[in-house]
Amino acid sequence: MITVLAFYLFATLTIVAGALTITSRNPVHSVLWLIVAFFNAAGLMVLLGAEFIAMLLVIVYVGAVAVLFLFVVMMLDIDFAELRAGFIKNFPLGLLLAGVLLAEITLGLGAVGSGGITLGTADGTAPIVASQSNTEAIGMLLYGKYLFLFEVAGVILLVAMVGAIVLTHRKRTGVRSQNVARQNARRPDEATVNMSPDVGKGVEL
Amino acid sequence: MIGIEHYVVVSSILFVLGVLGIFLNRKNVIVILMAIELILLAVNINLVAFSAFLHDLTGQIFAMFVLTVAAGEAAIGLAILVTYFRDRGTIAVDDVNRMKG
Repeated sequence: MITVLAFYLFATLTIVAGALTITSRNPVHSVLWLIVAFFNAAGLMVLLGAEFIAMLLVIVYVGAVAVLFLFVVMMLDIDFAELRAGFIKNFPLGLLLAGVLLAEITLGLGAVGSGGITLGTADGTAPIVASQSNTEAIGMLLYGKYLFLFEVAGVILLVAMVGAIVLTHRKRTGVRSQNVARQNARRPDEATVNMSPDVGKGVEL
Repeated sequence: MIGIEHYVVVSSILFVLGVLGIFLNRKNVIVILMAIELILLAVNINLVAFSAFLHDLTGQIFAMFVLTVAAGEAAIGLAILVTYFRDRGTIAVDDVNRMKG
């Protein structure tokens, strides 16, 4: 009973937060609603017994992606009112397309099996064992059977990181920055000058 | 009892909301990126739901890889957005034709 209640709570909140994400006037509110949607989707995944993915969702999406969005939204000085100009104009077309898409998905689901989806059977290569915790089982799979895919995922993140840095890094001119090589190449005989100024004359620098 | 159908319905509604978001906010590329995140979230819910109801962990591994790609995509997308804003002073993308040959 409590599971059913929790499912409907999480599902409703996910969908409402998703709808508010795309309709909010202020993009900062959009990001915050997106965070709500992620949290409730994580709740849905906990209900399914996938705790690891749920926690990953909270850490990666809320902790990294949503904060990145917030940074960008708040950092750029954008006139958001101007960007909303086409909202009303695009509304009927968008709604029509969304309706068609939803109808297609519903039709597809109905075609698969009226009254219930026949899941088929898994090939049994990665069964869920009751005695093993979700995180442990995923770890065994990830560092065993899917090791190379896991490392490819790491490479993808590395490429994304390098790409983001290359895209946003800019050479600024007119700033005085430290030149380490030049500093290290400096020797005392070229850096210092011996002078013997006359009394009362001062030193010319 | 909650069956797989319920989860499929939730994820398809979320997917459609993401597509609708792309259409509604055609000018605002930040919200478009958020809508893409919603779509990927819907896919993840689907993968995890089927994984749980099939008693097979492969779906959850897939969901992790989707998560990886989504994080990378968000980072690159926002980086492109920042450089675009630096160049033009706006992020209106309805008339982007700089790359026209």
